[in-house]
Amino acid sequence: MRRKTNWGQMLASYGVVLALAALILFGSLRYENFLGSFNILSVLRYNSMFALISLGMCFVIMTGGIDLSVGSVAALGSVVAAYASPYGLLPGLAAGVAAGMLAGTLNGLIITRLKIMPFITTLAMMLAASGTALLLARNQSVAVSYATAFTELGQGNLLGLPVPALIGAFAYLVGSVVLNLTSSGRAVLAIGGSEDASRMMGLPVERITFLVYLASGGLAGLAGVILAAQFGAGQPIEGVGWELFAIAAVVVGGTLLTGGAGSVVTTLAGVLLLGVVFNILNFENGKGWISLSAYWQSVIRGLFLLAVVLLQAHLTHRVAGGPTVADTTDSLQP
Amino acid sequence: MSSPVLSMQSINKTFGGIAALTDASLQVEPGEIHALIGQNGAGKSTLIKVLTGYHQRTSGEVTFEGRAFEAASPRAAQEAGISTIYQEINLVPQRSVAENICLGREMRRFGLLDWPGMRAEARRLLARFKLSIDVDQPLSQLSTATQQMVAIARAVGFSARLVIMDEPTSSLDDREAQVLFTVIRGLKAEGISVLFVSHKLDELYQVCDRVTIMRDGRTVQVSRIDETDKLTLVSTMLGRDVARTEGRTTGFGAPSRAPGEIVLRANGLSDGRHVRRVDLEMAEGEIVGLTGLLGSGRSETARLIFGDTQTLSGTMSVAARPYHPSQPADAIRAGMGFCTEDRKIEGIVPDMSVADNMMLALRPTLGRSGIVDEARYRQIVTHFIAALGIKCTGPSQKIRELSGGNQQKVLLARWLAMSPRLLILDEPTRGIDVGAKDEIQRLIRSLANDGLAVLMISSELEEVVEGADRVFVLREGLSVADLPRDGLTEAAVLSAMAHGVGHD
Amino acid sequence: MRWHTVSGMTDRSGVSLLLARYGTALALVVLLAFNFAVTPNFATWQTLNVNLTQVSTIVIVAVGMTLVIATGGIDLSVGSLMAISGALAPMIFLGNLVGIGGIPVAVAVAMFVAVAATTLLGAFNGWLIARYRIQPIVATLVLYIAGRGIAQVMTNGNLQVFKLPEFQWIGLSRPFGIPAQVIVMLFIVTLAAWMLARTNFGRQLLAIGGNERAARLSGIATGRIKIAVYAISGALAGLAGLVVIAINSASDANLVGMGMELDAIAAVAVGGTLLSGGRATIIGTLLGALVIQLVRYTLLANGVPDAAALVCKAAIIIGAVWLQERGRTA
Repeated sequence: MRRKTNWGQMLASYGVVLALAALILFGSLRYENFLGSFNILSVLRYNSMFALISLGMCFVIMTGGIDLSVGSVAALGSVVAAYASPYGLLPGLAAGVAAGMLAGTLNGLIITRLKIMPFITTLAMMLAASGTALLLARNQSVAVSYATAFTELGQGNLLGLPVPALIGAFAYLVGSVVLNLTSSGRAVLAIGGSEDASRMMGLPVERITFLVYLASGGLAGLAGVILAAQFGAGQPIEGVGWELFAIAAVVVGGTLLTGGAGSVVTTLAGVLLLGVVFNILNFENGKGWISLSAYWQSVIRGLFLLAVVLLQAHLTHRVAGGPTVADTTDSLQP
Repeated sequence: MSSPVLSMQSINKTFGGIAALTDASLQVEPGEIHALIGQNGAGKSTLIKVLTGYHQRTSGEVTFEGRAFEAASPRAAQEAGISTIYQEINLVPQRSVAENICLGREMRRFGLLDWPGMRAEARRLLARFKLSIDVDQPLSQLSTATQQMVAIARAVGFSARLVIMDEPTSSLDDREAQVLFTVIRGLKAEGISVLFVSHKLDELYQVCDRVTIMRDGRTVQVSRIDETDKLTLVSTMLGRDVARTEGRTTGFGAPSRAPGEIVLRANGLSDGRHVRRVDLEMAEGEIVGLTGLLGSGRSETARLIFGDTQTLSGTMSVAARPYHPSQPADAIRAGMGFCTEDRKIEGIVPDMSVADNMMLALRPTLGRSGIVDEARYRQIVTHFIAALGIKCTGPSQKIRELSGGNQQKVLLARWLAMSPRLLILDEPTRGIDVGAKDEIQRLIRSLANDGLAVLMISSELEEVVEGADRVFVLREGLSVADLPRDGLTEAAVLSAMAHGVGHD
Repeated sequence: MRWHTVSGMTDRSGVSLLLARYGTALALVVLLAFNFAVTPNFATWQTLNVNLTQVSTIVIVAVGMTLVIATGGIDLSVGSLMAISGALAPMIFLGNLVGIGGIPVAVAVAMFVAVAATTLLGAFNGWLIARYRIQPIVATLVLYIAGRGIAQVMTNGNLQVFKLPEFQWIGLSRPFGIPAQVIVMLFIVTLAAWMLARTNFGRQLLAIGGNERAARLSGIATGRIKIAVYAISGALAGLAGLVVIAINSASDANLVGMGMELDAIAAVAVGGTLLSGGRATIIGTLLGALVIQLVRYTLLANGVPDAAALVCKAAIIIGAVWLQERGRTA
């Protein structure tokens, strides 16, 4: 039996890439400097933080979970990294990531050991990380040291490309390899598809779940490092709402919130799509034809999310009415 | 005789002080197909779960392939060579066939997954069962039977020495089951042992070598299947002599009245998929049996009548008036009730009380302006608890704490409280112990005697033959027989199920 | 295999059951006792009013959230809906939108329109969920993101300042010495608790959360009830938005209701409502919100910084849910 190409599924999976391409085409035709290197690089530089937390979120969601703590964990990471920045680039980086991983460890332990729903666990961690960040920073921004190379992590260029974008690209490369080419990656998808079945199959459900939250925490910490390096300060009150931005990016990227299916590449497209919407808004205002305030970006992002979600709902309903037992028994040839 | 591949001796297991297994034992020989049977609650599943490391035994000895064996987890059991294929297939529907076969023992090249290798491995394993499917398609796109083959291929791929199958044929039709048996015999030929759990006795005679019977957490008999007759199996399983007077095995009595007015008439019903052309007619005071093999469209027909799914074509009338339900609420307004085959998934609201569950359908009709009329409410609930003999601590007990039989009675009461004229019962006695089964069957008859029209769907032949006043047999979505009570025999129903009468 | 234990409960699981059921009330009592003993000036009318005033908007929103969670859903949009109603009402009564003669009429129209708008948006959430079977967390995420943007666009992100007793009574007046919003809160809690226990609507929404298939097959109009529940949540969020701006004498679309969805969910979770649906307690939600508030107050009154209170709140949420889970599986 040959598999028929399911165009609906293809659209759900790669529609976001098409939409991104269309948006970029629109922007490049309409605005003079849209494809200029300055614009491209600044979009990439700014969105790399969101890309990192969305990557972690993507893995968490593929297991059927959710991580609401990424925003405040990033804020915590930025504060810790800022404190460590006088010791140099690597100590700053390591400290921020370690803070994130610590939060991720706690999330993972509470979810796998105490069996508390991820939603609640990470909601609590969101509060705890935010409180810890504020305590450490004494309710203020913490200036980073410019004496060391730390700020290069946010502001520097390497081979003409922004360092944070390179970090993000590397993380997505690793994420893609892990998901597609390692057994842990497949286990992530299997657990999200059916936790019971995965357990019966002998997959290390607890360990993989734990690792996914650990990774999400670590990536959020890394995003915090970039935040601190980019803006020159650890920001304890930054990161509000980042988690929902990340969820939106993952959903727009076609990953099902029910778990079991998803893609790292389309998540990146989802992040960029939401970022480019903002960018185009800026250009549009620059043209002066209409004046849309920056506030429109969240309205437009919301509408994008709505469109994607409706499309997904439409497709899953079609799929639900698709091939069934009766239709496929012919493949069973005794 | 060579030494057994598996030996479990004196196994005890308690849950919170309550014994689930008492001195249970099980012994499986190499290359043997061994049946494990028992009623619900006899301890079969617990025994298997102890073996596969899902539960830890309280005490007892297990040896596997001659060595002391203690699985800490299903994973450990799988690695040791014991693979289990559970009732609800334990694969991941969204993932591909190849992944499902190889998950947990992925092939690697240079440390990364070797996809071409895994696809080839999946194809190779499936080919042993003469199965050729696209291993890249998601499992969910395959039929249940094919999914089961994938599960078996997975087990064989894990070099299993013992494959446990928990009611593998429960969602297969006859043809598919035969394919499965061929595969099982193939496993035997390769020296792999199979532990086969099933409620369908005929199957045991087809494939099994020996049988272990469990009851109340104990092993009560082990024997060769060809030396054991069916009646012995059943009576040992039930722990009592089933040969009752008059040769009846069900609780239905004879009808005390003649059928009255026609309540429901359905012509040429179709949902475009499972139901292709079904005709039905039922009168008040009549128990109408609707039967057919699994997948014949029995339950789907009930769902069409109840408005849970929509008809593509065909007409229905209730009491001679046209009837087009678009949702269950329409059916309920027309005087219908529906107890589905799966109580847990579609029947009970587990966290609610017996009273709330019972009043779920009736509630909107009680009281003024949506406010619950407490007194009236309590009166109705106590009435039904007494009338149906529901065993519970009181109306406020959570329904999930009740036994299956009592839950079923609460669900019956949910509809009886509506004073319906037509009740659809899908597998009304499935998963219910013998005593309660008898009681429910008697209740169904007395309801019919009071004028209710009952549409009873059952896969138990004797229930249909002894209980129904008229039987409609479906085959592959088509009505193939309309058998009156006179001359209704198991042979007649079977022949209609298998070959169809009249049409085709 | 399932084992039905009715009487075979051991002592230890009995304790955890008790803790799960009455833990929130117990925690509240302990906190009160602690404060009476330690915190200076605790036993005053002033302290009571401060705490109740601060908790009232959370409770109003959390009541809606409890109903939503009881159906097995979640509503992330409440904070954004608060911002919308908080932005809309001043635009009307300050005459920015349309000129309406007479302050009392303008205020009445403003309050009505603001709450009606969030009710409709809530119904929109419910419609997405019921009609398209979109997961509640995603469906309400749409308005979480877009809703605040709508409020910001409407006001262009500007602060709206006003001094209008005809409107601000809802946040500032004190009939019988009790703050008006506390009365509103108590009224809503009572009404909702009664509705959940005594009306068909209440029992039906619990049935939907407990087993949606069974509810539908019993003839319950599951879609309509879900839409109604999300509409109620929207309406209560809108009302809470009005209270917040009345207290502040100003409306800032960037801030009104910020993070409210999480505060409300936390109150529901600590209060003992089952997060997977099917079992809910409005009084529990009230107690949950009070516990969280009182912990914060206790810490602040004893010189612990607000940030540390956040960490405590996190611990309380985890602890409460853990106890409930244990009580459930015991």
